Amino acid sequence: MAYKLNVNGQSLTADAPPDMPLLWVLRDVLNLRGTKYGCGIGQCAACTVQLNGKAARSCQTPVSAVGNQAVTTIEGLSVDGTHPVQIAWTEIDVPQCGYCQAGQMMAAAALLTKKPNPSDSDIDSAMNGNLCRCGTYLRIRKAIHKAAALSTNASAKAPQQASLTPAAK
Amino acid sequence: MKHIDRRSFLKVSAAGAGAVLIGLYVQPKAAAQGRGGPPAPTPDPHTYIKIAADGTVTIVAKNPEVGQGIKTMLPMLIAEELDADWKSVKIEQADFDDTKYPGQIAGGSTATPTNWLPMRQAGAAGRAMLITAAAQTWSAQESECSTASGRVYHKASNRSLGYGELAAKMAALPMPDLKTLKLKDPADYKIIGVSQTQRELPNIVTGKPIFGIDVVVPGMLYAVFEKCGVFGGKVVSSNIDEIKKLLGVKNAFVVTRPDITDTVIPGDPGLENGIAIVAETWWHAQSARKKLQVNWDEGPRANGSSVVFAQRAQELNKQAPQRNIRRDGDPDAAMSGAAKIVEAAYSYPFIAHAPLEPQNCTAHFKNGKCEIWTNSQIPGSGRRLAAQALGIPESDVTLHMVRGGGGFGRRLTNDYMVEAAYISKEAGVPVKLLWSREDDMAHDYYRPGGFQFLKAGLDSSGKIVAWHNHFISYGDGDRFVSAGAMGPTEFPQRFIPNYHLQASVQPLGIRTGSLRAPSSNAFGFVIQSFIDELAHAAGKDPVEFRLALLDSAVGPAVGVDDRGRPGLSAARMKGVVQLVAEKSGWGKRTLPKGTAMGVAFHYSHLGYFAEVAEVAVDAANKVKINKIWVAADVGSQIINPSAAENIIQGGIIDGLSELMDQEITVEKGRVVETNYHQHKMVRLTQAPPEIEVHYLKTDNTPTGLGEPAMPPVLPAVANAIFTATGKRVRSLPIAKSEYKFSWA
Repeated sequence: MAYKLNVNGQSLTADAPPDMPLLWVLRDVLNLRGTKYGCGIGQCAACTVQLNGKAARSCQTPVSAVGNQAVTTIEGLSVDGTHPVQIAWTEIDVPQCGYCQAGQMMAAAALLTKKPNPSDSDIDSAMNGNLCRCGTYLRIRKAIHKAAALSTNASAKAPQQASLTPAAK
Repeated sequence: MKHIDRRSFLKVSAAGAGAVLIGLYVQPKAAAQGRGGPPAPTPDPHTYIKIAADGTVTIVAKNPEVGQGIKTMLPMLIAEELDADWKSVKIEQADFDDTKYPGQIAGGSTATPTNWLPMRQAGAAGRAMLITAAAQTWSAQESECSTASGRVYHKASNRSLGYGELAAKMAALPMPDLKTLKLKDPADYKIIGVSQTQRELPNIVTGKPIFGIDVVVPGMLYAVFEKCGVFGGKVVSSNIDEIKKLLGVKNAFVVTRPDITDTVIPGDPGLENGIAIVAETWWHAQSARKKLQVNWDEGPRANGSSVVFAQRAQELNKQAPQRNIRRDGDPDAAMSGAAKIVEAAYSYPFIAHAPLEPQNCTAHFKNGKCEIWTNSQIPGSGRRLAAQALGIPESDVTLHMVRGGGGFGRRLTNDYMVEAAYISKEAGVPVKLLWSREDDMAHDYYRPGGFQFLKAGLDSSGKIVAWHNHFISYGDGDRFVSAGAMGPTEFPQRFIPNYHLQASVQPLGIRTGSLRAPSSNAFGFVIQSFIDELAHAAGKDPVEFRLALLDSAVGPAVGVDDRGRPGLSAARMKGVVQLVAEKSGWGKRTLPKGTAMGVAFHYSHLGYFAEVAEVAVDAANKVKINKIWVAADVGSQIINPSAAENIIQGGIIDGLSELMDQEITVEKGRVVETNYHQHKMVRLTQAPPEIEVHYLKTDNTPTGLGEPAMPPVLPAVANAIFTATGKRVRSLPIAKSEYKFSWA
């Protein structure tokens, strides 16, 4: 089946069986390999992307269920790596292996869109589904607070510099 | 682990276009001394440093990167002594080449101690040659020249030249004698000891395809490999002909291997029996596999069971131990003369590595040669096994080393590499083999479970005078399964005059192997928990009791372990115990009811770690970790403080996962747990809000911290649970004792 998908602001066509999860369509059909496979059963959230700005498990989303929702992947979070989450992740030096971090960042960015200044308990409920096998949780929490501060400061000074809205959307 | 001697050879060669290559070859000790082992490879020059005419310095990172930060850390050592401008240094990942790069392995926390000197020497040799080149250009004295950030300066004449301008001249110079090289005074370090964010960050945060699973080769197909849940199980019949007709499937075939009849499964057995399915995408291959029906001959290993293992361990403990591992003094007499006897039975389960990136490998077999892209932690042994399975010489296998999404020891075995290579050959196309998470859970090399029956005697002053451990593991006769041994120098050997370690084994039909801090990850829990029991039985403070124990060394103050490596130094361990007690306010803080602190230490992989946990346990047995304090002595330098803190905190959280709820259960010779919902790891809300890390810098060679940070946290928390509740945790995971880590 040919599916028309809106991925990172582009209209793309994917030829795939209807039950093929969005994860595999992104990785193996559309060649967007930043989204990661970890468990295939929605337990680790390494495959997190955004559907219409909300965090979603791409391993649990059949391509046939995507429809015209806007799909945002790590590749589309910003055009040049300057989303506040990306800047904060870099400044805090969050990753060890980095494998889960695309999912972590997509979940964090979705959280910040909804709650620009999240509390620790907001972070707990938004991020508890995302496993990090290396155990970088302390830095993930710190980086989310940092990203919130960055985007708050940026929107006060120069809103075009660092926007929470994915650039490619 | 191979020992690396400091006999070194340094070579230089021109590399065209004004580039210069500097290589340092460290000859393995055994070969250098002619004591057998493989012959020393020809010390060909191999490249660590490339200086382009435009001044760009490229440093080769030789080791596998699986998240331990080595791809940034090793180049830091070179760049520091080279006096390169770190911000503009480029880093290049080496391919596997054991003729150039000794020790391309990520294991045993060995990279820091083995590379600390030679990597700095490579940089220092480069710097010395650049100074020589500049001095010749200026007809100046070398002693009047200095370097900084990629330039040589002659301050007297106010002249300077960039490294790029000197590269061509440098290439024609002879190598300096390593003995004459003067390494920097650590006080002058600008790169070492300063937090450097890992160089792969820009690629990680933008989702670049840098992991093994991301490798794409033109014309590549995707493969899955179905194996029997029971190790060694063979295909009797299957519906493979129907599978071949399914959507997207390009090929499917049965792989049959000779039986492995050894009662102890080899550490890395190579290609196993199974059915390969090759398809146009992984999803097609995996979907086809769900329709696969196989009639397996499960063979002789189909009866293993965790329940039976535990029953058998109890039976073995009632019998005379099968053999002695160590006997010091007269343990029986000391035990019967003791004022107080304490006995306890401890156990810990099998657990899986489960790195987040499932096992995968891309291979392209063509014209009798094979090219492989792998995230193996030990690519060299994978190459050997792949060559064997393919029936070609090792020299015809090329290995590219790709970033791994975690390792933890799982990628110290190479089954997935051998499978990918073999499937590519059979299918006649390049293939990416990817295991599902379920494959990974079912076919790991598990941390072996075990049982320890301990008994100790205290004298009237509360001093331990006798120690007996009946260690029950898996194996056959005098052989233990991989990672299932306890050596004769296990702590507290050397600190108790009458020490007796005995062992018994029972057969096991599943694969086992090294998991982060192998053996220490279990033994640290048992020994430091039992020592805590003894402290309480003696009515002593657990910190004071440990310090007194460390003061009671029988014989030398620094030991030698059973493999000839440095053993525990009592002084260094006392240092970290005292430091962690001070930093945590041990014994000085008033805590609410149900909240308590626990302490533990453990020496492994040359690292000294003592840790304190503050833990709250509520009436419903919910355990909340308030804070962990870590004190570490890993030598004179923390090379990259940001990475060091990250990996120590990660090690603590990994230890908490093992403590909390991880267990692999065996039934009918196969593993029951299938995915992360059954083999759980700590989540964000369960992680302690604070993990405070302190270093005790001592005048010792810097050593690794990927592994040794982890073992003490399990007993530190378990000991805190005891102090908080009066109930001793003697069996892991604690979920078995109805404890739960609470969510914040």
